[in-house]
Amino acid sequence: MQRKSIQAAILSLIAPGLGQIYNRQYLKGVIFLAIDALGIWYFAGHLYRAIWGIVTLGEKKQSMVKVGKVYKAVHGDHSIQLLVQGLIILIILFIFIWLYVLMVRDAYKTGLVRESGGKVARFSESVRAVFEKNFPITMLTIPFVGILFLTVLPILFGVLIAFTNYSGPSHLPPKELVDWVGFKTFVDLLTLKTWSHTFWNVLLWTIEWAILSTVTCYFGGLLVALLIQQKGIRFKKFWRTILLLPFAIPFLCSALIMNNLFNGEFGPINQYLGIFGIPKIGWLSDPSWAKFTVVLVNAWAGIPVTMLLMLGVLTTIPKDLYEAADVDGATAYQKFWKITLPRILFVTAPVLITQFAGNINNFNAIYLMTGGGPKTGEYQFAGHTDLLVTWLFGLTYADSKFNVASAIGIIVFLMIATISILSFRQTKSFKEEDLVQ
Amino acid sequence: MRKSRIGLSISYLLLIILSIVSLYPAVWIVVSAFRPGGAIYSPTFLPSHWTSDHFTELFTDKSFMFGRWYMNTLKIAIFSTIFGTLLVTLVAYSLSRFRFKGRRKVMTLLLILNMFPNLMALTSVFLLLNQFDLLDTHLALIIIYSCGAPVLGMFAVKGYFDTLPLSLEESARIDGASHWTVFMRIMLPLSKPILVNSAIGLFVGSWIDFILARLVLRARENWTVAVGLWELATNFKTANFTMFAAGCVLVALPITLVFIILQRYIVEGLTAGANKG
Repeated sequence: MQRKSIQAAILSLIAPGLGQIYNRQYLKGVIFLAIDALGIWYFAGHLYRAIWGIVTLGEKKQSMVKVGKVYKAVHGDHSIQLLVQGLIILIILFIFIWLYVLMVRDAYKTGLVRESGGKVARFSESVRAVFEKNFPITMLTIPFVGILFLTVLPILFGVLIAFTNYSGPSHLPPKELVDWVGFKTFVDLLTLKTWSHTFWNVLLWTIEWAILSTVTCYFGGLLVALLIQQKGIRFKKFWRTILLLPFAIPFLCSALIMNNLFNGEFGPINQYLGIFGIPKIGWLSDPSWAKFTVVLVNAWAGIPVTMLLMLGVLTTIPKDLYEAADVDGATAYQKFWKITLPRILFVTAPVLITQFAGNINNFNAIYLMTGGGPKTGEYQFAGHTDLLVTWLFGLTYADSKFNVASAIGIIVFLMIATISILSFRQTKSFKEEDLVQ
Repeated sequence: MRKSRIGLSISYLLLIILSIVSLYPAVWIVVSAFRPGGAIYSPTFLPSHWTSDHFTELFTDKSFMFGRWYMNTLKIAIFSTIFGTLLVTLVAYSLSRFRFKGRRKVMTLLLILNMFPNLMALTSVFLLLNQFDLLDTHLALIIIYSCGAPVLGMFAVKGYFDTLPLSLEESARIDGASHWTVFMRIMLPLSKPILVNSAIGLFVGSWIDFILARLVLRARENWTVAVGLWELATNFKTANFTMFAAGCVLVALPITLVFIILQRYIVEGLTAGANKG
């Protein structure tokens, strides 16, 4: 009795496809061999340069060479392009290795079938298995290739950049090279006075903002829901529809509208206040007022959603609880504090945490309203209402401090990750939801 | 009894005030869009006479090509919605209904990807598009929006799939239906609310995105309405406010209509998310 499975696996390990041919799956074997040849041909040409590029980030600077009487710029290595190209090739390699493993495993399994005297699957049967037995894998393949290139790769790149010195003015390709610097960016950000002062203040405001905006939306939404749901209020649906309107306007538009409403010079709000003799307020130009305004506008835009959510949750509270409370002579306040609120907090706790995490990342609310301003010379490239994410954006697109921006991104990730691990893993959608229903 | 009547009156008063606050910005911008002249300041709330000049200008002026931008945006939004929803559904269905090796790893990966600020990926997305010569194309945006969809919206859809009874599929499988048939004929119709919900999210998302679109689309005639509106807001704000107002109405109107027409699904999606977590 030969060990057909082992032999097939070894043959496939040498060159995927051989094992299949050994197993007398000729067409499959030829296709696998072709994939194999294509892969080897591709990586022979690219892999070395990819790894060299990632490790060294280029060695030759752009230089000036005297040609005749004039100096000409000679292209050097473009560190950032080398890094991206390297990562692309590594991801293709990853996919190739994965295919390789699958092909070897296939040869092994078919070998096992042969050992036990079973019939080897014909080509048409193999093709059908792709859509039956391996259905989930097949369905996941296309989305995952997309996710690998468009989400994993960019984030990987973003993370790696934090460990380089890719920043203006002296490390910008193609003129200059970029180098790996380890944790220097993080150390600078957290301890070097010029950066750390800004960092800690922006971080503090980010947390303040996340708490304020979450609390205002959450309790604002609850109060409005209670107001509508109250006994004796008529036309409930009418009120709900009207109060839902801010939700139906895209935030891009409403934020830009609000920006004009609160305009310090010509905005109608100051104009109306003027009628009552109140002097103009710098809604967006005074640091404290600006913080107040962004929270207010965010509440305006966010309360309708929470209201909707709360209205839904309120209807799930059993009526008999209130009836029992009525029998015991409880007041409206007691009913709210003892029945309504605990219930709501229990049901919506995950939402509350998700909203908190979302607000840490709430780029639009700040960027569209104040752009992070009012600017201050006290901070390094940041303004009074800048969150970590808007600061990150500015550092990337206005100030070319790519490495610092990436380091901030990683710190935001760590914050969100901590919050999420505490909460999200507890939710049903992630937990082992085994198919018992 | 008197006390509750006072309470009710106060409640009604509050509701009226809240309604005014909710409606005011929208009404103000619509009124401004029809107001003659360009200034943001106006002595009266309603203009002395109404004009639609600003809208005409946005469609006919050489530097504003709202007609063309509308078509661009519509194209990008529709294709992203179709492909994105398809991808989300495929991923969510596989992860909800099948148990295979590496399934938890895939879920954890998606979860982790979600925690990075997506702005961090912008630089390299730009470099990547440059690498594949896709800058300044609508295809680039469609690909990015569609492939981003499973990362952003998978868990909501999967949570919904998890609640659908297994027995339906099992009986279909026993009757000899393939996985694909079960998916198309049974799962998709049953999950209409959550799919409509995620499709709305994708449509709106690609309609109003101004960050990525501004980065990718260089030539003016390739812009989307959101990029156009962004330019109106930043470069024409004080000089020509009424034109910005008109642009705002143009950008918001389709989205607002979608919301009002499909309100039922959005409410369902929201509450489903809350109750099923």
